[in-house]
Amino acid sequence: MNRFDYVRARTIAEAVAAATEPGAAYLAAGTNLLDLMKGGVTRPARLVDVTHLPDLDRIDRLPEGGFRVGALVRNSDLAYDTAFARAHPSVAEALLSGASAQLRNAATVAGNLMQRTRCPYFYDPASACNKRQPGAGCEAQGGETRLHAVLGWSEHCIATHPSDFCVPLVALDAAVEIAGKDGTREVPLEAFHRLPGDAPERETVLEAGELIVAVRLPAAAAAFSGHSRYLKIRDRTSYAFAVVSAAASLRLDQGRITEGRLALGGVALKPWRARAAEAVLYGAEPNEHIFRQAADAALAEAKPSGDNAFKIELARRLIVRTLTRAAAGTPERMPALPASAFEETLHA
Amino acid sequence: MPDIATEQARHGSSIGQPLTRRDGFLKVTGGATFAADNRPEGMLHAVIAVSRIARGRVTHLDVAAAKAHPGVVDVMVPGNAPKLASDPDAKNDPFTFRLDLLQNDRVRYAHQPIAVVIAETLEAATEGAELLAPRYETEKPRIGLDTAEAHQPEAVGAGDKTAASKGDVEAGLKNAERRIEAVYETPAQYHNAMEPHAIVAQWDGDRLTVDTPSQGMAMATMRLAGLFGIDPKNILVRSPFLGGGFGSKGFLSGPQVLGVMAAKHVGRPVKLVLRREQMFGPVGHRAETRQTLRLGTDGSGALTALDHHTLTATSSFDDFYEPASALSRYLYKAPSLSTGHSGVRVDTGTPLFMRAPGEASGSAALEAAIDEMAEACGIDPLVFRQMNYAEAEPISERPFSSKALRECYEQGAARFGWDRRSPEPRSMSDGAGRLVGWGVGTALFPALMMQAEARAEIRADGSGTVAIGAHDMGQGAWTALAQIAADGLGIDLDRLDFQSGSSDLPNGGIAGGSAHTATAGSAIHSAAAAVLAQLSELATTDERSPLFGAGNAGVYAAGGRLIRRDDESRGESFSDILARAKKNSVSASGKGAPDPASRESYAMHAHGAVFAEVTVDPDLGQIRVTRLVGAFAAGRIVNPRLVTSQYYGGMIWGVSFALHENAVVDPRSGRVMNPNLGEYHVPVNADVPSIEAILVEEHDPHVNPLGIKGVGEIGITGTAGAIANAVYHATGVRVRKMPITLDKVLG
Repeated sequence: MNRFDYVRARTIAEAVAAATEPGAAYLAAGTNLLDLMKGGVTRPARLVDVTHLPDLDRIDRLPEGGFRVGALVRNSDLAYDTAFARAHPSVAEALLSGASAQLRNAATVAGNLMQRTRCPYFYDPASACNKRQPGAGCEAQGGETRLHAVLGWSEHCIATHPSDFCVPLVALDAAVEIAGKDGTREVPLEAFHRLPGDAPERETVLEAGELIVAVRLPAAAAAFSGHSRYLKIRDRTSYAFAVVSAAASLRLDQGRITEGRLALGGVALKPWRARAAEAVLYGAEPNEHIFRQAADAALAEAKPSGDNAFKIELARRLIVRTLTRAAAGTPERMPALPASAFEETLHA
Repeated sequence: MPDIATEQARHGSSIGQPLTRRDGFLKVTGGATFAADNRPEGMLHAVIAVSRIARGRVTHLDVAAAKAHPGVVDVMVPGNAPKLASDPDAKNDPFTFRLDLLQNDRVRYAHQPIAVVIAETLEAATEGAELLAPRYETEKPRIGLDTAEAHQPEAVGAGDKTAASKGDVEAGLKNAERRIEAVYETPAQYHNAMEPHAIVAQWDGDRLTVDTPSQGMAMATMRLAGLFGIDPKNILVRSPFLGGGFGSKGFLSGPQVLGVMAAKHVGRPVKLVLRREQMFGPVGHRAETRQTLRLGTDGSGALTALDHHTLTATSSFDDFYEPASALSRYLYKAPSLSTGHSGVRVDTGTPLFMRAPGEASGSAALEAAIDEMAEACGIDPLVFRQMNYAEAEPISERPFSSKALRECYEQGAARFGWDRRSPEPRSMSDGAGRLVGWGVGTALFPALMMQAEARAEIRADGSGTVAIGAHDMGQGAWTALAQIAADGLGIDLDRLDFQSGSSDLPNGGIAGGSAHTATAGSAIHSAAAAVLAQLSELATTDERSPLFGAGNAGVYAAGGRLIRRDDESRGESFSDILARAKKNSVSASGKGAPDPASRESYAMHAHGAVFAEVTVDPDLGQIRVTRLVGAFAAGRIVNPRLVTSQYYGGMIWGVSFALHENAVVDPRSGRVMNPNLGEYHVPVNADVPSIEAILVEEHDPHVNPLGIKGVGEIGITGTAGAIANAVYHATGVRVRKMPITLDKVLG
């Protein structure tokens, strides 16, 4: 029987205590979780509603620079926060390229990190899925795999993480502030999501009861604000998950890249930081040649998990395009179609 | 057929006016009552449990667990379901589709209903359905067009011929100067109306009342009467508003009948609403096609042969074949022409009519093939179409009742700026580095007429009533038919009581085949004319009337008055005529039906030309339809605002057909893997930045008394092909398998 307890937590400590029990899940906007519950994909025994926790809906500038974004800040509120969007334009652009306006108005920062894959076999309770039922097998393999992973997948799971928001965040060294029963800890976002390996049911490093309370962007991240872009390829112009997406941030000095950041979305079970590509960019002149080298480095380990080899070549080209756009500079205004291939002149 | 402009000037006519929807205010304020909004006293909720396998048997259902759940009233399964008076698997005629109504444990497709849980609340019923935890004996499903041997259907679509030809196509191809042969594929698509199939059913002894969306209330009544063995007079079907139908609500579906059975089973009113994913199975879909086109031309670019063959799928247990080759019988002139269909039985629900059934898929392939042929000849694709223009219907050789397709080509091309097209693929750009492609497609949809009845009345106060069991599925029947009614009676719209959307009114026929306005409108027109004839008789034979002696043909009605044609200063109000005759009202019935003689003599179709511009990212392959211009000729336009909206809707569906819609079936399980509107893509606003529809003037004296052709489906045809052609023109990549997604043009 799909009965569950509902607990409305008043303090973080109360929330953590309530969620430490097996089968508990945190509920924020529920834009993903409630669908999963209705579809019989997940059946939490207890929902701990955190939407009434105090102060988690704040966007704070930190004294040492940087931002601390509360876990309950809505996607729209963050994207339209002028100071934040100015400092981190690629993050704002990624947020505005996701879902629909209605969903962005509801969805939260922490919920975005915690959203589940869109693999159709995960959503179909009649299909075998190691994420849903460890050891059951992965029926996606040999099935409809056009949008599945090309990096970091295993024989146990070929799903992808669907977030846009996380892609520029991981590029900018964001960290996740986590509260647990023994206090708080901070984990780099890059280490927050796990690759599937042989335990795809374990999606993050969160321990039982742990709660995301904030996402932090270091002061150094704002140094990329003049050259930060997010670009998202999708099967329709808006309201679609990424086929492949890329976030690129550059620091340029006297015609050289002093630091480059690159991450990919839609290619793996986590937002994919392309460190090998960043190494190629370091100290180089920003030009198509070096961007292609960076793209090759980023995809060096890629292999199709099914009928999706095109994503590897698409990701390569997307990296070149996104780096080109980043090098050209962040636009003065948010494009009308954020993160779209159909905005602006191509710099080919 | 009187001249429209003259008639309008004379009548101050409602027809032709761009009125806003009369039901618009109700709809935007939530005041319109859709089927699932009804909640009669004592109503229970029913939820269907559906099969997860596509072929086999249900071996176990945990009915005890479901019944033990608090709130669950009963579980309907094979064995305890109410006995039916007739076998739902009997095929009495081609339009009685076999329904799965819990008659046995057999599973014939994924998402087939296998039980119904009835409970005090929706939540309890939903949970009860989960608790059934069905077990199955699974057989390997047969999925896809290559799964079995193809067979030749007896008929396709709505009783169309499977094959039709003229001349010797093989010889025509052999003797051709140039020829092309290509295979085009279209995927399975699902109607996905915003409003899911829903029903609220109430029994009172052997009287039955149902609230359910229907495009054919009279047919639904007869189906229910047959299945439950009751007098059709004891059945009331109410369907004032549909949240879209697109063909999936033309015939009563299995789940709707299950709602009626559930109400009978528990002896209380029952509501049953399908979940979105449950619509991917038991309520019809557009089947996939694989179409082979072979064309040949002589040295001048005139077609010598056109061969169009469609392979399509139907269910393992019933027959509906997408008539995709049919429109090649009507469109282009060729001395030899061959069209045919074959079918494959697969383990899916039975496919069904879906907006422009046959024409949509067929046009997508034919228009691409015509483009390929034009290119092979080195001729501009618009010029090629104009060169191969059919002055008479190609196979039947009948003249067209009207055909303003040339004007569509010309007006559409002028508005679009087609003369600035450069012929080479990959030769145009948007000035920002993106590829631009321009394509054209010809649109065609048959101008059908069905049968309908209506009743009209004029009362002593000068007001009127028109009653007809017609169907507003969003197309605007409440408005367009009322305009015809007001004009027919010669009264202003605000003096008209227009009654519709219920089966106790005269049989309004079917809202399908783009024929509803023409058919129901003709019935209304005929009923109104009969009322006016009575009034006229009263007046012109009474010497006290200023109309005395004018004779029936000598008067017309406008503004609630009869007026002499030979002297417009002489007239009399309806009220005065009735008062003098000491009558409270006059009323009459009328019918709309095809005229066999004119149908025999003339080919009747609406036509159009669609011009599409696509912009494609040269490296990333992402495609956007940046501009659409459609020019359509469809006879008399009752309401240009509604018609424009219909054309837009059709053209956007064409975008959907070309670029988005695709029911992804896992061949191992037979389940649709994207049964939701997040993953089953249809266009969003950003996919349609610019769309225009030109209403090309066309007068048709033969199609029906009002000169109306249909507008509901034609917009899809032409558009999908135009977009495919534009993608080719932009990229140089000819994608012959729809939808055209970015991976197919990446290169």
